[in-house]
Amino acid sequence: MANELQPVHRTPNPLQSKQWSDTFRRIAKYSVQRLVVLFITVVIGLYITVLIANQGGYVDQIRKAQIRESVGQMMAVNPEVQRLTQSQIIDIQQREIALEEERLGLHLPFALRSVMYLQQAITLNLGNAEYMTSDSGSRRVRNIILERLAPTLVLFLTANLILFGSAILIALFLSRRYGSFLDRAVVALTPTSAAPSWFYGMFLILLFSALWRMMPFGGMVAAPPPSGIHYYFSVAKHLVLPIAAIFLGAIFQSVYSWRTFFLIYSSEDYVEMAKAKGMTSSMIERRYVLKPTLPTIITSFALTLIYAWQGQIILETVFNWPGLGRLLYQAIGFNDIPIVVGSTVIFAYLLAITVFLLDIIYALVDPRVKVGNGGARA
Amino acid sequence: MNYFRARFNAISQYPSAIFGTSIILFLIIVAIYALVTIPRSEAIRLWRGGDEIWAESPRYAVPKWVNILPGVNLPVTQVLSTVTTPEYKTVSDFTSGIAESRVEIPFDFTANAFPKEVSIFAQGVSDRSRPYVSITWITPDGREIFLLDGTVGSNESYRLRTNRTLIRRLGNVNPEVGLLAKPGSVDIPLKGTYTLVVDGLLFEEESSFDVKLVVYGQAHGLAGTDHRRRDLSVALLYGTPIALAFGFLAAVGTTITTMMIAAIGVWFGGWIDGLIQRVTEVNLILPVLPLLIMVGTFYSRNIWVMLGILILLGIFSAGIKTYRAMFLPIKESPYIEAARGYGASSYRIVFLYMIPRVIPVLVPSFVLLIPSYVFLEATLALLGLGDPVLPTWGKVLSDAYSDGALFKGYYYWVLQPAGLLMLTGLGFAMLGFALDRIFNPRLRGL
Repeated sequence: MANELQPVHRTPNPLQSKQWSDTFRRIAKYSVQRLVVLFITVVIGLYITVLIANQGGYVDQIRKAQIRESVGQMMAVNPEVQRLTQSQIIDIQQREIALEEERLGLHLPFALRSVMYLQQAITLNLGNAEYMTSDSGSRRVRNIILERLAPTLVLFLTANLILFGSAILIALFLSRRYGSFLDRAVVALTPTSAAPSWFYGMFLILLFSALWRMMPFGGMVAAPPPSGIHYYFSVAKHLVLPIAAIFLGAIFQSVYSWRTFFLIYSSEDYVEMAKAKGMTSSMIERRYVLKPTLPTIITSFALTLIYAWQGQIILETVFNWPGLGRLLYQAIGFNDIPIVVGSTVIFAYLLAITVFLLDIIYALVDPRVKVGNGGARA
Repeated sequence: MNYFRARFNAISQYPSAIFGTSIILFLIIVAIYALVTIPRSEAIRLWRGGDEIWAESPRYAVPKWVNILPGVNLPVTQVLSTVTTPEYKTVSDFTSGIAESRVEIPFDFTANAFPKEVSIFAQGVSDRSRPYVSITWITPDGREIFLLDGTVGSNESYRLRTNRTLIRRLGNVNPEVGLLAKPGSVDIPLKGTYTLVVDGLLFEEESSFDVKLVVYGQAHGLAGTDHRRRDLSVALLYGTPIALAFGFLAAVGTTITTMMIAAIGVWFGGWIDGLIQRVTEVNLILPVLPLLIMVGTFYSRNIWVMLGILILLGIFSAGIKTYRAMFLPIKESPYIEAARGYGASSYRIVFLYMIPRVIPVLVPSFVLLIPSYVFLEATLALLGLGDPVLPTWGKVLSDAYSDGALFKGYYYWVLQPAGLLMLTGLGFAMLGFALDRIFNPRLRGL
């Protein structure tokens, strides 16, 4: 234990490489543990989703409708069938449907069926959409959803990285100038974060698109999409307003909470000591303020990101961004049940992945995991 | 009591708290006013009723108060009817199987802009032979413009916009422009007294007809109208109590249950605590909004059902961890030890000794939660999952959004509900942040 408590990478040390591999092993172990826990959590979440969706027998209906459709199609293209009488056709159709239903397990009790649906939900194997198609023409729920994943991730990641980075920088800056006009202005503006990002989005559209005609009203690229490098410029231009909306919706609140946090930590005795030693303020910030606060910052960032996913759904709707949120909105409009269920499933996955990635980063910075004298996080 | 008086004094020293409180009080007064003057059934009728309610309002009219602004002089809706003013109508004696009835409806027009539309409604009473009318429009400078003629059934409406021949005769401009423009112009209206003349022939002794002229204004009602001619003030007014009730109930429902569960978990410890922790961890990564959307799509969009689901999903929220951290030291404190010593029941300790200790900490977060739920209602409405019958702010926004109000330039339609939402958010947030500083002394210096 003794050598483990030594500073990890301050001075060259023959034990260093061993410690590094130790740290790596611990982080890997921790990550695997978290992955298992999160996967179980996702499964429970998806099971709840399946239960909600099937309470009214909706999933069953989807299956049965699909079976009927495929059997009907099969009969329609079969020349043998055309020659039979109407009652014979209906007879064969009924038999085929019954067979197919049995093959797919629709005759099983609900407890068993729900497990089957759960497995299909986990693999996003949700069959065909009722009305909607993907841009490439597919009607598979999985294809439709995966096609929308990339735009959502582009918007979400860019916006939240910008938000996170600038919030920390501004918070550090303000905590150094505690009590200044700027600092008080940010504190006074904190209540504006009560409004969600789509709300700011509407105002941004009103100002920049409707009144001043500087920015597009929505969408991801200009129509028709330009080719080559101009495509990316066009996407970048369409990204500006949604990102600005996400930024405005959360920036003051995050700056406020982190600034408060930094202030509490900068009044610790060891920071005073460092100041007395004559260290530069940037060194103090890096070594004595940021380092101990980092795990907490990451935890709160995780929570922010989880809420950000909810905001994303509606923001995409307001900005016509062709992502998952807009897909969900359209699916509600069409009452396309497989897509609604599928979107819920993919959002559950995205939340879990967000939490998992942050857990790994957490493990990298949390001394309890890194040095190994504590258990899993509380 | 002294405790609360001291707190109250502290609150009154924060200007933001006073400002926030006055906004909240204003909203509560509006909500009470709305509930008293518009009963629920009346609100639903006004919002969802048919033609008979909306016939006299224009589409896409801006609020009336716009006319207060300098340089703005938009026409307001004028409804002139022989039913309410019988003096407009003169009827001759019935001789040799025929009688003449003449209606002259004068109206003043003083606005700088054209009306939205002009429509004439007529109700004829007859047994077999319908009255025959010929309608003429007389401008202030004496020009007579023939509008239309025909027989009058029991319920006729002539929307001049749809009268192709009239539009052609006016030189291919919309009737409301052609009839009211200065001669030789298409963008300046002629001010003065116009007269609508209806010359009618009655073929039966008991026969009669009534005429109503509606000159739809560009400004209408306290809050303007939407694409279905509905008066937005109904939704904005009635939306206030709904928004406040939704926000308040959701915040109460989640914070109180969350706190109780955290207290129970801390007090009993062991597997109960563990179970609560695990459930919270699962619940934390459940996609709340998609689940709400699923419930809205599959079961019910009733606002109170949604509220219930929201509370259910919000019970095991991140708050449990915060409250748990607060309860842990309380559990070990001497007065709890003493209570245990004299044999107080677990129920008594949890609900009477532990929970009251954290209520001051709860108050600010509770106040801060309210606006986020008010906005959540608007979010759901924007997704098309608003309550199917009740008018709410969110539904106004949703209608405006789906009708492309911003693109078409109907800014009042978006700005009014958005402004009310923002006012609510600001009021509660300002009070909440002030309370946070008062009840959490650690933050007071910061």
